[in-house]
Amino acid sequence: MIAMAKSSPASSSSRQPVSFAFLAQVILIANSFVMLYPVVVMVLSAFKTTGEIFEHPFALPDFTQVHNFAKVLGETSMPTYFVNSIIVTGISILLILVLGTMAGYAVARYESRTNTFILLFFLAGLMLPLKLAVIPLFILLRDLNLLDSRWSLIVTYTAIGLPSAVFIMAGFLRSLPAELEDAARIDGASEPRIMWSVMLPLARPPMAIAAIQNAVPIWNDFFFPLVFIQTDSYKTLPQGLTTFMGEYTTDWGMLFAGLTIAAAPITLLYIALSRQFIQGMTAGAVK
Amino acid sequence: MGFIRRSSPKARPMPVSPKQARTLKHRSWVAFLVVPPVVFMSLFVVYPILSAFAYAFYEWRGLARGEFVGLANFKEVLLGATMAPTVWNAFLHNVYALVALMIIQNGGGFFLAWLLYKEPFGFRFHRVAVFVPVVLSTIIVGFLWKLFLNPNFGIINQAIYSIGLDSWAKPWLGDSSTALGALILANAWHFVGFPTLVYLAGMQRIPSEIIEAARLDGTTEWQLLKNIVWPLVAPSTTILFTLLFIGAFNWFEIPYVMVGLDGSPFGSTDVLGLVFYRTAFGNQSASIQNFGLGSALATLIFLFIVVFASMLTLWLRRREIQF
Repeated sequence: MIAMAKSSPASSSSRQPVSFAFLAQVILIANSFVMLYPVVVMVLSAFKTTGEIFEHPFALPDFTQVHNFAKVLGETSMPTYFVNSIIVTGISILLILVLGTMAGYAVARYESRTNTFILLFFLAGLMLPLKLAVIPLFILLRDLNLLDSRWSLIVTYTAIGLPSAVFIMAGFLRSLPAELEDAARIDGASEPRIMWSVMLPLARPPMAIAAIQNAVPIWNDFFFPLVFIQTDSYKTLPQGLTTFMGEYTTDWGMLFAGLTIAAAPITLLYIALSRQFIQGMTAGAVK
Repeated sequence: MGFIRRSSPKARPMPVSPKQARTLKHRSWVAFLVVPPVVFMSLFVVYPILSAFAYAFYEWRGLARGEFVGLANFKEVLLGATMAPTVWNAFLHNVYALVALMIIQNGGGFFLAWLLYKEPFGFRFHRVAVFVPVVLSTIIVGFLWKLFLNPNFGIINQAIYSIGLDSWAKPWLGDSSTALGALILANAWHFVGFPTLVYLAGMQRIPSEIIEAARLDGTTEWQLLKNIVWPLVAPSTTILFTLLFIGAFNWFEIPYVMVGLDGSPFGSTDVLGLVFYRTAFGNQSASIQNFGLGSALATLIFLFIVVFASMLTLWLRRREIQF
């Protein structure tokens, strides 16, 4: 795809030896075009009727035609999927942060012979893809009566996200100076009070990293809902989208409007907070 | 490993600091912090993963576990007349996807990162743009490209018609010679931003004196890239190649959305993830599910990933240079 994008615009400036900076600029512009144009076509098509999409796929639409959006929001289950995604992602992130901070704090701030064991335990969780244990997980959730409910997803996502949160939190909390704790201890503060009022207020940046790193994959996940959820009113956005796409196969205006609505929240959030998103999502791969 | 315990830990007097002296209260506080996360992980990660291995040795009737059958499920997956050809066909496609994505996605990412590293005009815009598809759900990406690749009305063929190259137009996803390639390109479009920005961060960590010194010596751009930048971003390469390896053998969403559960046309896009899902959870055409064979396949994929990913990581680690 990159090679394709490279050849077409560069050929116009042939013969003369082009400078490296110019060539680099051309490639980067072509690449950004390839990255963004499909998203732009998706949004433009959402304002068109199916006939207009087929006849004038590249034309600008009449932006006052919002009936596709109105229909998606008014006549389909899309709003329900949306609310489910918010509930599932929100509670999962909350649980990941609470449990991850608890374990991370204990490992980072208290000397104990079990610390190494606990870290190794979570390290194993970080390496093993839970996707491949989906059959036992399916049976376990059925035995716990959680199958086909939002909780089946919440506990699964929490289990997947917890190890990375423990490492992020432990890594940060370990770097805080011991004097902070000692000063509070001399003043007679209890251990829970030290954690809550002295240490945790300082730990908001790593919490944000842990939240973003986990929220994006959870919001976008499709595999676990596919296996666990059957009832339409519990489906999250990616799974609901497959139901929706199956219902409106021939109405392309609706399909593009559905995709646009599904893509909008995370894309807008990303554009507003791109630095935090990039930092959070590459946190595991950048030392 | 020469680990001798002469007496029980209780009998050995531990040096107790005054801080730890408030034992019971202190210990119960630490336990309160540690126990819930550890119990949660044990129940929902450790137990399922250990069970996944055990389940593969049993015969299953629907959701009920039957008799212990030893290695019969593994034998059927790897050598059986009905299942093995499907599995090996799918495995081959995973390997193709891995190799192609190594070059297009990771290689392309390295190349783009190098262009961005020089912070040219519009650097911030290009950096944000390349990462836009990464934040989108794979399901959205899959459906979007499925619509774009539609033989009659998709923008790819429409664009080809509009420049008069009608003979180039193809039913990309319906032709068994192009379908897998189309899935790979859709995946590369989705994720190329990830290696780009990880490599960019790796390049920005190279001390700038090294690159300036090389420039003063009159190194060409290509020599600089090959002999200095590439070796020095080895830690990024290690992690990106390992992640891609794991991802390629877990590949599921893009094929599922774009070509369906059967890896159509004619199994030309079948991958292990689809075979696993069909075996374990059945499909619409044949609603059969076999947890025994599914677990055996999952265990084999898992062992394959663990063994080869560790070997890959160790091999790539040795290339890393400390600076």
